[in-house]
Amino acid sequence: MSSEWPLWEVFVRGQHGLSHRHVGSLHAADAEAAIRNARDVYTRRNEGVSIWVVEASAIAASSPEEKGPLYEPANDKVYRHPTFYDIPDDVGAM
Amino acid sequence: MYAQMIKSTGKGVKALEDMDPQERAFQERIDAGGKIEPKDWMPEGYRKTLIRQIGQHAHSEIVGQLPEGNWITRAPTLQRKAILLAKVQDEAGHGLYLYCAAETLGVSRDQLTRDLLSGKMKYSSIFNYPTLTWADMGAVGWLVDGAAIMNQVPLQRTSYGPYARAMVRICKEESFHQRQGFDIMMKMAQGTKAQRHMAQDALNRFWYPSLMMFGPSDKDSVHSAQSMAWKIKMNTNDELRQKFVDQTVPQAEHLGLAIPDEALRWNDERGHYDFSEPDWSEFYEVLKGNGPCSAERMAARNKAWDDGAWVREGLLAHAEKKRARKLAAE
Repeated sequence: MSSEWPLWEVFVRGQHGLSHRHVGSLHAADAEAAIRNARDVYTRRNEGVSIWVVEASAIAASSPEEKGPLYEPANDKVYRHPTFYDIPDDVGAM
Repeated sequence: MYAQMIKSTGKGVKALEDMDPQERAFQERIDAGGKIEPKDWMPEGYRKTLIRQIGQHAHSEIVGQLPEGNWITRAPTLQRKAILLAKVQDEAGHGLYLYCAAETLGVSRDQLTRDLLSGKMKYSSIFNYPTLTWADMGAVGWLVDGAAIMNQVPLQRTSYGPYARAMVRICKEESFHQRQGFDIMMKMAQGTKAQRHMAQDALNRFWYPSLMMFGPSDKDSVHSAQSMAWKIKMNTNDELRQKFVDQTVPQAEHLGLAIPDEALRWNDERGHYDFSEPDWSEFYEVLKGNGPCSAERMAARNKAWDDGAWVREGLLAHAEKKRARKLAAE
């Protein structure tokens, strides 16, 4: 039998309150084993306090061809950034 | 390096004007320092060369566990044993990061493993040398990991995103490896006469094989030229080898050990050390699978894979049973 263990994507939350972050992937027979393996492969140096694993086949991703329609509309909306507005210095911190 | 003599397209580098628009856009993105991600379009040669390179790099990490694993049970103190275990575990981790990066290019893990076990894919020549004494653990960490770092640090900027990210993780962990090796060498170099001899002997045996890790001079190699244009190779083999020698000679002096090269001397004009080339016929023999430990390494990997088959199958069967039971309960 040569059927391969499924691929899991691994997300780790560090100690400093940031959200889970993708760190890599690994193969495991099931979710439980994937978390155990993820601990050994991705948190050998206190990188995290929480692990998520998701079967890679369950992830839907945007495709590179959609880059234009998806992200370009944001380019001309500079007014969404605070630096767009000139506030006089004597107004103080804002 | 951990990846040596990687064949590319063999056709040399195409000029931008000779490329079709898609390939040209791809090359221009790389020239501008952009990253290529798994779902992006890429030339078939780029994909294949990267699979060969990342795969060979991964195999090297995995096979590289064997020469050091050889000394875990015989480490001189409990602390040294814990350190060596941690280092060998890191190598396994590095292999896994790299296999995952290779898999994003569309090759399966099983395929990569099969190609290693059949001898179709190679691993670094350095791991075909024996580790005869405890001092070899020092020499391997100091020289072999030191040489690997030379290559891996620039690869953090390689054009393929998943490979670059794997290299970032690896480099973070790798400097511990080199330092623990140097630490062993310092201890032995400051020890008894017999220990100093062991340290010198380890340096004597690992010096030239370490220089070989960078591969032969690739000044005129069309494979290297293409890989450099694609930014999956960042420096020539000679550049990295020179850098390694320049860095290592003062470290050997600090240890009070002699580099086994009578021609080694500082060249004021070049601002570099002159040194002797390793015996390249030996290198080619080792690559062909005729190294002192080649057969032993391949046998060990094949045995591990075969002996582990029942575990892989058992866990998969167990996972399927659990899934079926959960489905039935719903």
